[in-house]
Amino acid sequence: MHTPVDTVMVEQRAKSFASRSIKTESKQQGLRLALSMIDLTTLEGKDSPEKVRALCTKAIQPWEGEIDPPLPSVAAVCVYPSLVQVAKRALEGSGVAVASVATGFPSGQYPLDVRLNDVKEAVCAGADEIDMVINRGAFLSGEFDVVAEEITQVRTVCGTAHLKIILETGELETLENVRLASELAIQAAAHSGSISDGEVFIKTSTGKVNPAATMPVTLVMLEVIREYYKETGIKIGMKPAGGIKTAKQALHYLVMVKETLGDDWLTKSLFRFGASSLTNDVLRQLVRQHTGRYTATYDFSEA
Amino acid sequence: MSRLTVPKTYKLYIGGKFPRTESGRSIAIENQKSEIVAHICHGSRKDFRNAVESAHKAFDSWSGITGYLRGQILYRMAEMLEGRKEEFAAAIQVTQPVTNAVARKEVDASVDRLVTFAGWTDKYQQVIGCANPVAGSYYNFTIPQPQGVVVAIAPQSPSLLGLITCIGAPICSGNTVVALGSEVHPITTAIFGEVCQTSDVPAGVINLLTGKNKELLEHIATHRQVAGLYVANPTKKNRTLLEEGSADSMKRVHCVAFDESDWYDNAVTASPWEIEPFVEMKTIWHPSAC
Repeated sequence: MHTPVDTVMVEQRAKSFASRSIKTESKQQGLRLALSMIDLTTLEGKDSPEKVRALCTKAIQPWEGEIDPPLPSVAAVCVYPSLVQVAKRALEGSGVAVASVATGFPSGQYPLDVRLNDVKEAVCAGADEIDMVINRGAFLSGEFDVVAEEITQVRTVCGTAHLKIILETGELETLENVRLASELAIQAAAHSGSISDGEVFIKTSTGKVNPAATMPVTLVMLEVIREYYKETGIKIGMKPAGGIKTAKQALHYLVMVKETLGDDWLTKSLFRFGASSLTNDVLRQLVRQHTGRYTATYDFSEA
Repeated sequence: MSRLTVPKTYKLYIGGKFPRTESGRSIAIENQKSEIVAHICHGSRKDFRNAVESAHKAFDSWSGITGYLRGQILYRMAEMLEGRKEEFAAAIQVTQPVTNAVARKEVDASVDRLVTFAGWTDKYQQVIGCANPVAGSYYNFTIPQPQGVVVAIAPQSPSLLGLITCIGAPICSGNTVVALGSEVHPITTAIFGEVCQTSDVPAGVINLLTGKNKELLEHIATHRQVAGLYVANPTKKNRTLLEEGSADSMKRVHCVAFDESDWYDNAVTASPWEIEPFVEMKTIWHPSAC
């Protein structure tokens, strides 16, 4: 079950994706695609209903100006469970999904029944997607069966809501652990019932731990997804989160997805960016190309 | 065998670092005997964009410190420049047919110019701000505040004194600057970055570009993050281009037409009225004690 990972090669390979030159029309297309894949996220103690409503407005229409063809909405808004209802109401009929972190995010250090209840409530409140955290303490102590069993139970509670499993790779120390956790997460999710394409995602990080998403870590996870697809024909989704702040980085990730998994994964139903500041950087590039003028920070809403 | 000289390749100064231009272009600098003595960076619009970003980042802290502290930092710059007088005098003479005495005079005036602006940092407010007379139990003040990122387009000559004046006026009140040095005498601009970096000026407050202004003018005018322009001796055509481009983001465009002797005159180029074009006036009322 344990597959070794060649760290040096993974880093080399990941670096190579960042050297592609993507300009003009391909850049426009790439940026629009990236925008449509963003899970616009706010996960702070100071989040208020009004802030979430503002974020939802931005999610539906990322920029107020006119641009032809119109910019896509982002994929989802990601909030804490207590704000799911607010987001659900604000996004009604827009096609933008509501994602909720749950299971005692970000640490996951709560009794299992509390974590499962967390998921239930978020689903009841209307969450379309649940971002769960795995039990890293158990994983690092080698209690893989505990980790797997918990994931299986969470997925059962999710019902029809899609599940994103956060590995928190910044706490897993090695790429081999990342690979092992990815395989474990996918298998545990599959254990609770058949998976249709895009129903289960694996996600790098909570965004609360440094390092968050990096290209090598994402590459290892994409390779696990590729192998699982080859074995079973089932398409698992991928979501790097945290630390992706610039449009350029986003394009590098898209190149990596395309060259590892192929065009099929270049859709928001199989690939997401967990980010907040990325949105404005993508917009900045798109608007600059549209108007021919460099933009100012005050041209875009903060949310 | 005679030794091969190693001519210096000057770089840009952006965000406290010395990057090469992202375009990879350079311009050979010839001395008056038409020998190539150095290369300077031929900056591009992307270098300009990066410089504006650095300047924008530096604005909050630079405008947030006291005028007194800004004055001390400007004075420190003057000290550093004074210590490198010979180098700057020599740099002026590479491309300009002037005597050592004339070059020294320009460097001296540049040091003094920095000291003048250092003095104004905590005094110009009293000159251009005011306490307004009101008929009520409150006070009413008008106080100047810096605008943000200012682009300074320096005169061709005097290359050092002109550059320092165009930078000094906006940074005095807390603006941050992206400056385009003299196109025909660019070496002083390139070395001035070394003065900035070794004095206490925070990274991003002063950013220096060299190259061809013509290809940058349109981007400067239309960049929405830029709040003001200080333009030395523009042609009529360039002035129109800058003013039209600035209309969209409502930049202040401050064009000056100074001759050589004006640049040396503190009363003309370093008065509070040269600081005033780069501030916004804020009027506030405040309840009085009784």
